Amino acid sequence: MNGFIFYFLNVFPGTGGEICMSRTMKTVGEVTDFRPRSIVRVIGRAMRVPWFWVGITMMAAGFFSLLGLLSVANVSFVFPATAISYAVGTLGGKLFLRERVTPQRWAGVLLVCVGVALVFLGTK
Amino acid sequence: MTAPHRLHFKTSVLILIMISVAPLGDTFLGKGMKRIPPMTGWAPVDVFQFFFRAFTSGTIWIGIGLLLTFFVAYLLVLSWADYTYVLPASSISNLLIALLAYFVLHETITPTRWAGVALICVGVFVVGRTHPRTTGHGS
Repeated sequence: MNGFIFYFLNVFPGTGGEICMSRTMKTVGEVTDFRPRSIVRVIGRAMRVPWFWVGITMMAAGFFSLLGLLSVANVSFVFPATAISYAVGTLGGKLFLRERVTPQRWAGVLLVCVGVALVFLGTK
Repeated sequence: MTAPHRLHFKTSVLILIMISVAPLGDTFLGKGMKRIPPMTGWAPVDVFQFFFRAFTSGTIWIGIGLLLTFFVAYLLVLSWADYTYVLPASSISNLLIALLAYFVLHETITPTRWAGVALICVGVFVVGRTHPRTTGHGS
């Protein structure tokens, strides 16, 4: 039962948090200066966007559930099981971020999903 | 260097950083969590004990440090690239894990696993042929 709760929290709020972060960074705008001081300034700007805090909260839930999941299941189970997050994330990106997911990108995502699952299912 | 080439170049550099540190961070987390007894219940004391044990482990903190590096690179790349581009493109880290396991740790890689690696490579190649950015910025 704990494993199922951790799995649900890892896939859905974890992916939702990443989508919120993407939305935050789209609001902040393209980073062109990679000096440490500029990067700190960009992160400061991101922290003033409300979506950042929604994203951090959801990603924290995803992170803690990953810790929980890793304590009850092997890595060889955890990663193929969470490969579904690639498809969930792509759907979320299309619906919430209005990104244009072409059939070519969908095909790539589905290949990655199956590939990640096979990599870890094939682990001895 | 033209603008689209520059965009592809800086996207590739940051994804390279992400795929280098994330698998290491996950490995440290996995190793750290294996040393901690599973959570026995959802009572506040059980939850507190579980996370207290986790956060007093040096291995976990190395993992967290690596994942924070990943997080900063992730934020930067998302400032211009699509989430639906970065997400599958960064999955190439699974190829690195398999290669490290084969060449460095001399682990046996099953045909199923190689098939998975091949599919990931094809998937990343297919996604990589799309433009990293399909939306406007600064809205």
